[in-house]
Amino acid sequence: MSTFWSRVGWVGIAVMGATALSRVALARGESLNALWLITAAVCVYLIAYRFYSAWIAANVLAIDATRATPAERLNNGRDYVPTNRWVVFGHHFAAIAGPGPLVGPTLAAQFGYLPGTLWILIGAVLGGAVQDMVTLFLSTRRNGRSLGQMARDEIGAIGGTAALIGTFLIMIILIAVLGLVVVNAMKHSPWGTSTVAATIPIAMLVGVYMRYIRPGRVLEASLLGVILLLAAVVLGGWVDHHPLLAAWFDHEGLPLAFSVIAYGFAAAVLPVWLLLAPRDYLSTYMKLGTVLMLAIAILWLRPEIHMPAITPFIDGSGPIFGGKLFPFVFITIACGAISGFHALIASGTTPKLISSEADIRMIGYGAMLLESFVAIMAMIAATVLEPGVYFAINSPAGVVGKEALDAVNTISRWGYQVSVEQMQQLASAMGESTLFARTGGAPSLAVGMASILGTVFGKHLLALWYHFAIMFEAIFILTTLDAGTRVGRFMLQDILGHLHPKLGETSYMPSVILTSALVVAGWGYFLYIGVIDPNGGVNILWPLFGIANQMLAAIALSVATGVLIKSGKVTKAWVTGLPLLWLLAITSTAAYQKLLSEDIRVGFFAAANDLAKKLSSGLLPPEKAAVAPQLIFNQQLDAWLTLFFVVMLWVVVLDMVRMSWRYFSHQTIRPSSEVDYVASTLA
Amino acid sequence: MQALKQIWQRIRQLSGDDAYERYLVHYAQVHAAQPDAAMPLSRAAFFKQWQEQKWTGVKRCC
Repeated sequence: MSTFWSRVGWVGIAVMGATALSRVALARGESLNALWLITAAVCVYLIAYRFYSAWIAANVLAIDATRATPAERLNNGRDYVPTNRWVVFGHHFAAIAGPGPLVGPTLAAQFGYLPGTLWILIGAVLGGAVQDMVTLFLSTRRNGRSLGQMARDEIGAIGGTAALIGTFLIMIILIAVLGLVVVNAMKHSPWGTSTVAATIPIAMLVGVYMRYIRPGRVLEASLLGVILLLAAVVLGGWVDHHPLLAAWFDHEGLPLAFSVIAYGFAAAVLPVWLLLAPRDYLSTYMKLGTVLMLAIAILWLRPEIHMPAITPFIDGSGPIFGGKLFPFVFITIACGAISGFHALIASGTTPKLISSEADIRMIGYGAMLLESFVAIMAMIAATVLEPGVYFAINSPAGVVGKEALDAVNTISRWGYQVSVEQMQQLASAMGESTLFARTGGAPSLAVGMASILGTVFGKHLLALWYHFAIMFEAIFILTTLDAGTRVGRFMLQDILGHLHPKLGETSYMPSVILTSALVVAGWGYFLYIGVIDPNGGVNILWPLFGIANQMLAAIALSVATGVLIKSGKVTKAWVTGLPLLWLLAITSTAAYQKLLSEDIRVGFFAAANDLAKKLSSGLLPPEKAAVAPQLIFNQQLDAWLTLFFVVMLWVVVLDMVRMSWRYFSHQTIRPSSEVDYVASTLA
Repeated sequence: MQALKQIWQRIRQLSGDDAYERYLVHYAQVHAAQPDAAMPLSRAAFFKQWQEQKWTGVKRCC
């Protein structure tokens, strides 16, 4: 292919991308085909990958394919192993992409499809993918050091500690909110609950198969597991129609929450091979398979987007979560645009597998683009629903009213038509008793996925597809829950080990039980409050998670910017510096509003004070008055937590600025911890 | 056919299905020549170690 034709091709992609983006951005009133969103996204990714990431690789990072990577130099056949780049890409993508990019866009669709879509695209190509790639590069040049260690080595002790505490707290909040998503999906759904419950013995069976029956035969065992999972979805339908069994699996939110908490504790204490490892295999295959199937179905079906480009809720009055478009769309969609958590993966396993520095671009930048594409598909699945239906499913009862008729009236008053009969028909088609106020994003995503997949792969199977989607979401939410609790446990044991060495031993049973219980109690508390909160809990927990995740991203970008400045690349430090400034702006604004807003659906203190006033004047009905003190305490706790996150963020950024200042004024700074050049012998 | 074979190999590598075979190759290349080399681990013993090590640290994200 000559340069000429390659240029023509790229101009063509640019024109196509610009056309698609302008269709997406300017469509008002008329309906928009989802294919425009897909086209716009793919063109943006192609151009960003081909030009921006290549420029960063060559000119900012100066990636050097002749330099031996840690995998080559330290090859021990175990954690350091030079690995084919597609295999590393697969591992890396499976590690970074969890339920986050599915839930965030679904919630942010309350602003319309446009704001979220633009942020997913722009955020990923200029922010998230850059963060992942630069962090991966820095860690590869430092023998695969973790983000916390790099922060300590390159900037100062504060950054390292902040990264450690930040990771721990994010984990707690993330698990709580994901637990809440699962609980809300299982509430009064015998089909959903029995299917999700069945995933536990299935995972254990797969675990036993891999370890004892046919040791190490991972693919065989996984295939068996996937078949059993699909059977569990079908059997769930049978359970749903069985009067006695259905009653066993039909529960309120609170008992389900306690089951999830008990499960989380068991999963953290049990050996990995029995539950966590096999579950992870199953969830990875389910994730890859379903995402692929959804992409094919969207291309085949080319569904129309029914949600308007922008809804009136950008003014902050949205039912799903309170707060204006700026900054809350950027907080709500963290995963899929920019997610600080990725920096932990990019400075964990992945750098120890890379066989050539030349692969860093594809793995770091490319995998994030793929995650961003998953977020776009979640956005499509949410916005192909009739807006009235979308709001009926996702609005908590505390906002639209407990009775179906109240909810329908409120939503219709906003201008989104929906009727009780329509919702009942939809619920029975999906095999659920009701779809009103099923907050958390999972049910609405499942309805969207079922209507897309059902149209392509069998329409009479809607209920089956719906519960397949619920199972698919639940299985990797529970994987994140298991893995997160375990990581939290290790971190806590590490900290407690300084106080009493015995507690630091990861195989010392009393310590395992103690630390697991502490971690589970931490997220269990937030999960419990989320369930008893009539406003749905998601409204509080998801923004808190977003702020925490963006704070971690800001730490990663501070490290990256600091290293770029230190190594004399001052004029190119904007590559990570600009996304950092943007994150500082959105996270600080969001935190400010969360702390000081007068709006009780935004400000934590305002909500606490309002509730306290209502409680003392006896305005609350008895069942609300009973939980009010807990809710008040929780709102105050959340406020302090938010303050803690934002203070932490500024401390790290200012520490980076202080380090840069010392560099510019020629004072001593910590030397670079980059490992010296060794020539690669891998051709 | 060659391409299919390669894809299958990648899938096995990605899932860890061939981890033991790769370990044996690594063992033969690096450790077998050493005078005090122990016998290579059995498949079951290797898998135990491999799985334990795979799950320490932050392995899954949101």
